[in-house]
Amino acid sequence: MIHSLFLINSSGDIFLEKHWKSVVSRSVCDYFFEAQERATEAENVPPVIPTPHHYLLSVYRHKIFFVAVIQTEVPPLFVIEFLHRVVDTFQDYFGVCSEPVIKDNVVVVYEVLEEMLDNGFPLATESNILKELIKPPTILRTVVNTITGSTNVGDQLPTGQLSVVPWRRTGVKYTNNEAYFDVIEEIDAIIDKSGSTVAAEIQGVIDACVKLTGMPDLTLSFMNPRLLDDVSFHPCVRFKRWESERILSFIPPDGNFRLLSYHVSAQNLVAIPVYVKHNISFRDSSSLGRFEITVGPKQTMGKTIEGVIVTSQMPRGVLNMSLTPSQGAHTFDPVTKMLSWDVGKINPQKLPSLKGTMSLQAGTSKPDENPTINLQFKIQQLAISGLKVNRLDMYGEKYKPFKGIKYMTKAGKFQVRT
Amino acid sequence: MTDSKYFTTTKKGEIFELKAELNSDKKEKKKEAVKKVIASMTVGKDVSALFPDVVNCMQTDNLELKKLVYLYLMNYAKSQPDMAIMAVNTFVKDCEDPNPLIRALAVRTMGCIRVDKITEYLCEPLRKCLKDEDPYVRKTAAVCVAKLHDINAQLVEDQGFLDTLKDLISDSNPMVVANAVAALSEIAESHPSSNLLDLNPQSINKLLTALNECTEWGQIFILDCLANYTPKDDREAQSICERVTPRLSHANSAVVLSAVKVLMKFMEMLSKDLDYYGTLLKKLAPPLVTLLSAEPELQYVALRNINLIVQKRPEILKHEMKVFFVKYNDPIYVKLEKLDIMIRLASQANIAQVLAELKEYATEVDVDFVRKAVRAIGRCAIKVEQSAERCVSTLLDLIQTKVNYVVQEAIVVIKDIFRKYPNKYESVIATLCENLDSLDEPEARAAMIWIVGEYAERIDNADELLESFLEGFHDESTQVQLQLLTAIVKLFLKKPTETQELVQQVLSLATQDSDNPDLRDRGYIYWRLLSTDPVAAKEVVLAEKPLISEETDLIEPTLLDELICYIGTLASVYHKPPSAFVEGGRGVVHKSLPPRTASSESTESPETAPAGAPPGEQPDVIPAQGDLLGDLLNLDLGPPVSGPPLTTSSVQMGAVDLLGGGLDSLIGDNNFGAPPAAAVPARVGAPIGSGLSDLFDLTSGVGTLSGSYVAPKAVWLPAMKAKGLEISGTFTRQVGSISMDLQLTNKALQVMTDFAIQFNRNSFGLAPAAPLQVHAPLSPNQTVEISLPLNTVGSVMKMEPLNNLQVAVKNNIDVFYFSTLYPLHVLFVEDGKMDRQMFLATWKDIPNENEAQFQIRDCPLNAETASSKLQSSNIFTIAKRNVEGQDMLYQSLKLTNGIWVLAELRIQPGNPSFTDLELSLKCRAPEVSQHVYQAYETILKN
Repeated sequence: MIHSLFLINSSGDIFLEKHWKSVVSRSVCDYFFEAQERATEAENVPPVIPTPHHYLLSVYRHKIFFVAVIQTEVPPLFVIEFLHRVVDTFQDYFGVCSEPVIKDNVVVVYEVLEEMLDNGFPLATESNILKELIKPPTILRTVVNTITGSTNVGDQLPTGQLSVVPWRRTGVKYTNNEAYFDVIEEIDAIIDKSGSTVAAEIQGVIDACVKLTGMPDLTLSFMNPRLLDDVSFHPCVRFKRWESERILSFIPPDGNFRLLSYHVSAQNLVAIPVYVKHNISFRDSSSLGRFEITVGPKQTMGKTIEGVIVTSQMPRGVLNMSLTPSQGAHTFDPVTKMLSWDVGKINPQKLPSLKGTMSLQAGTSKPDENPTINLQFKIQQLAISGLKVNRLDMYGEKYKPFKGIKYMTKAGKFQVRT
Repeated sequence: MTDSKYFTTTKKGEIFELKAELNSDKKEKKKEAVKKVIASMTVGKDVSALFPDVVNCMQTDNLELKKLVYLYLMNYAKSQPDMAIMAVNTFVKDCEDPNPLIRALAVRTMGCIRVDKITEYLCEPLRKCLKDEDPYVRKTAAVCVAKLHDINAQLVEDQGFLDTLKDLISDSNPMVVANAVAALSEIAESHPSSNLLDLNPQSINKLLTALNECTEWGQIFILDCLANYTPKDDREAQSICERVTPRLSHANSAVVLSAVKVLMKFMEMLSKDLDYYGTLLKKLAPPLVTLLSAEPELQYVALRNINLIVQKRPEILKHEMKVFFVKYNDPIYVKLEKLDIMIRLASQANIAQVLAELKEYATEVDVDFVRKAVRAIGRCAIKVEQSAERCVSTLLDLIQTKVNYVVQEAIVVIKDIFRKYPNKYESVIATLCENLDSLDEPEARAAMIWIVGEYAERIDNADELLESFLEGFHDESTQVQLQLLTAIVKLFLKKPTETQELVQQVLSLATQDSDNPDLRDRGYIYWRLLSTDPVAAKEVVLAEKPLISEETDLIEPTLLDELICYIGTLASVYHKPPSAFVEGGRGVVHKSLPPRTASSESTESPETAPAGAPPGEQPDVIPAQGDLLGDLLNLDLGPPVSGPPLTTSSVQMGAVDLLGGGLDSLIGDNNFGAPPAAAVPARVGAPIGSGLSDLFDLTSGVGTLSGSYVAPKAVWLPAMKAKGLEISGTFTRQVGSISMDLQLTNKALQVMTDFAIQFNRNSFGLAPAAPLQVHAPLSPNQTVEISLPLNTVGSVMKMEPLNNLQVAVKNNIDVFYFSTLYPLHVLFVEDGKMDRQMFLATWKDIPNENEAQFQIRDCPLNAETASSKLQSSNIFTIAKRNVEGQDMLYQSLKLTNGIWVLAELRIQPGNPSFTDLELSLKCRAPEVSQHVYQAYETILKN
């Protein structure tokens, strides 16, 4: 099982270590540092590194490497999933997960880690149970604690840990009973030079924020459940009911949780809401290149595209760019060669464009590679797959909750090749 | 206020200050001090000096303070064992606390303190906690058993904790079940032989019930445990699969992958005609695709596993090519894995898309990735014949880009395409030649030289081109030098008139100026071939090369099957069986896929049931022809020159030792003119032919001409028992005939005459083929040597042991009986070489129960010597593979009664500490295995 955990920042300092079994010397991380040095970028450090006596499994998030040390044959996905869970928990506890924040809350971090694993076996990883065991720090509580001498460790047995619904504690009470669901879809797409779709898929999630008194039993039904053929559920969802009736039936955890994530694959036609017209050309003879891109809406079902940001990694030969945007602001970093254009909203009547020239290193031949354009955007009130919630019902409790459903479509890894 | 204040006092007197604060009367001050201590500890500072002071803070009602002290204890108890004892009383008291949280915390912490003295006190509280009324305490205690086992395994066994733990598998609470399974699995890992997780249909049912209700982590443990179970028939397998399938929709990717493992394994037992089989296949694809939208680290592990899955069952993901398309900002380790899987999934249906993608990748920035993409185009050409032309033109486009490393990779793969489709794309040679100057990597240079040599007759200035390479001959790498040597010899054989000077130049460079034995030996071979028999040289060097075929990097089928059982583990990430890398001397149980067994009610006929799919249906597991060739050439040296003339010529040469290593390297390289494969099976029953390798290796050469290994004579019948007649003897096999070599000694005082011999019925029907002929009477103290020819047409009766032979010898004095054991290898016939495809099919066909494993200890041989030794005793190596530094020899032999025995011999060369060979034998008559093993041992050790 998981032996130890080291947190390492991008400059290669170990700033926290935690051992669940015997202590493993931090020199084991030297193997990690070697790999880190070999990899050109932090993202490229391989997630599984063998050493003579241990294996190092790592994830890289928020500019921190979370390196787990294992000694026996343990499913690596188990370890990596757990590490991501650690990051999520920190984020949940402290709002952000960063080196200074972790250092500031080191004792809480240590206590949380101690609760999450016992001898390397996961113990409590649900954040609402953890929060019952160890209360997250708040300014108010710190003040109160200093005055009253009480602590931020709960002295109750976390009730949820024993009940049949381990994700929900008993005795929840709210004055306003509300249940909100966000259907969020991300489009991952690769668009080729000519504008046709090479690959496109939708990763969707339904995130919920449920604040309901007692033990409510909810059912959620869809207008078109057939879209959902590849789904992963929160443990609370009754799988049998879904299999037979295509209805989500569940006792919700208290607070924020991810009810469902789904995947609409390349097999179904995925609507592409934007297009990019581009003309990026280098000439062999001159040291100037032409650059022109225009972004426009495609299949948006009448909704507005907003929050558009265009980024592109330009070839190394590009020295500088002189560009004029028709709207928004753009930057080009001559060191990293990263072009970024914050477009904002797309007005279909007046399409945003960015035009100008690139100056190339004199005397060199034209670059071999073509820049790829990455696109970010948001569309409110639209689930691009067409998924629609039909109705939400509550059983088991008498009161009438307030219900709300929001839809949003975002760009995931949306790339246009030029 | 944040915890960072605990770091601020890093002055010299820090420890002293903390000590004072820890002993403060004020609760609040104490707690702050402990927090400071913990903070220092987390950043790796040594605060062990404060041990007694911190332990003093332990007796408190404040839960947080207690927890903090426990944290400290866990870290430092080991270094202060005597002090740690002070804490025991509090622990024991806490284990009785009315609050289950405190009870659990105490037992949990105690288990983490790795001090023997404390462990002793742990037993009683632990026993109570294992039976606690509160499931939270029970589940914590279950894990504690695993901790204790790690510290003191003997204690756990003596105290009977293992049985209590086993009982917890039937606990009413699913979390307790899950933790018990996890603890038992961990303990079992250090005792691979023990039967801790004894799974039967009842316990399986309990696990499946708990599976639905326990936490995600518990589900992983349970699924991994289920995967070790072998259902009794296909019905049970199906019902388990049905209950595991819902786990594929779990949000935790580790749960999904563990479920995939169970399904992949149990699927093996289901009949392909079953509707359910098809349903299951369909259900497997979406979760695997979903794994690819997770974080990159998870994707990486998933991709490594998918790589195995598509090799085992390509049909699952055949329509999902697009999800493996590489995204621009994927980390490099994900990109490379995706590329690999794309090639595996490439087929005629999707090749156009794949090629377009690969071409796109070839213009990316990352050099490693670009190289692999170019290689991938070549692999597509070889794999999907219809696409070859498009691939070649894509490669030509890429060569036009003049990007140096792209050009070099392209040339390397084009060479392979030429090998696969000879005489089809030679029109591109001109384009390739244009790029000659830009090649600076050995592999690309060697490939280009090979092309020039191979097609010398079509390239007008081939001699000039090769000559230009020759100028810097000494600076080239060995790979290039060898290739250049061969290419020039090819050129010479094709255009002898104008290149004589060139060939002499290269031969002298190779033989006289080089220190490299491979190069020198190859040079000598060519030299001699050319000077003694140019026709033969032509036949050898310019022989038609067998085609290379697709996918040379498929994982060997038995390894693949084993790895499928390890889906989701480190083994699957490294594509190595755990035995290859798991640390320490722990034996690792080899896992294998369950054979398909139909339930008793099944209507299937018994012939088809155990055999699995007919071999024809699984072309995917038949390894590439390409390496087959390499192996054949390595082992069966059957050049078109016949045996005896070669013997004489080699003797004439005088410098025979030069040829020792050269031949291997010469024939082992399948890039160059090797003898035609057709010549290989031609050597039937000719011991001289089989001894060819020995001939060159003259140290043992002449001696082994006789064929099988012959044991020294042993006394079979002592004179005491036979009124003065002593018989000693041995068995030999020579040129297909068996004989019994006897030595009769007369130790009596009278003359012996009228000898006759008779055999009792025996297992293999051995019988004298001729009467025992002792020509003259045997006078006292005289010894006579007789070779008695045997045949195997006598009557058969199974003996115990199998190779027991009862003999009666008669002379003028009396009849004497004795029995002897004959070594089985005298029964190995000369045509015991199985066709490779046949071998694969047979290997699969023979049920796994018939497989027997043996170890041949202390036998420091390498693969070559072992296989030549074995071959002289008619054990034929069919294929050789190098798997992670181990040589695997696949061998077959046939007994006189037609029984085939298939063998896999595992050798670890280059590892002097590992001189044991592992032998596994498969035979339809498993009783012979033991004796075959003995034969192996005898042959190899002599």
